[in-house]
Amino acid sequence: MNIKISKIEKKTIIEVSGRVDTVAAPKFEAAVKEQITDAEELVIDMDKLEYISSAGLRVLLWAQKTMTDRGDMKLINVHENVMEILEITGFSEILKIKQGGS
Amino acid sequence: MAENKFRLVLAAVTENLQQVISFIEESIQNTDHSPKTVIQITIAVEEIFVNIAHYAYPEKNGEVVIEAVVSDDPPAIAITFIDSGIPYDPLAKADPDITLSANKRQIGGLGIYLVKKTMDDVSYKYEDGHNILTIKKLLS
Repeated sequence: MNIKISKIEKKTIIEVSGRVDTVAAPKFEAAVKEQITDAEELVIDMDKLEYISSAGLRVLLWAQKTMTDRGDMKLINVHENVMEILEITGFSEILKIKQGGS
Repeated sequence: MAENKFRLVLAAVTENLQQVISFIEESIQNTDHSPKTVIQITIAVEEIFVNIAHYAYPEKNGEVVIEAVVSDDPPAIAITFIDSGIPYDPLAKADPDITLSANKRQIGGLGIYLVKKTMDDVSYKYEDGHNILTIKKLLS
């Protein structure tokens, strides 16, 4: 798993790539926690995300709960395989998602 | 009907997750399957293995035996996890309410739910001091 962060004013984009499994999730969580403190808009770019297990989903849920009070959060460039996991878990109903990407 | 059997014994610690995933990938490498099927199997295996690693052996180190049986008629894989930790039936837990809003959703309980939803069959038994959990997935 790799994480790339860019900031444009109050908007923070976290680009997460590779595999977010149980072993990688704490690093993902730490990155999100660190960025979320002053973000009003959080964008998680999943264009290069290959895999996410429930450990990664927990981080997304936690982030959404935190951002609900403070601003906006969305997932972008979500591909089919990851989208299906989000649908099965009902996450597609509670997170803002933009599908597609290259 | 041909069957290929694979077996892995290793310590029940999350550090071994990648080894478990590689073992499963090797087990099905000569079969036809979609990337989606692999992701679903991988997630199920991760959720179960990590569950065992976290909860089966609270005060000691223990092992997990993982057996994979790959059959060709119909193409399918059955994966059995055997541990000798505390008795625990993950299937007995109620499913999370996935219709709740983010603020009301519980953080936990998602893993085994994913397993139930993506696998074609999941069964558990406790026998001779062992937790025995089997998942089956048709390969397509």
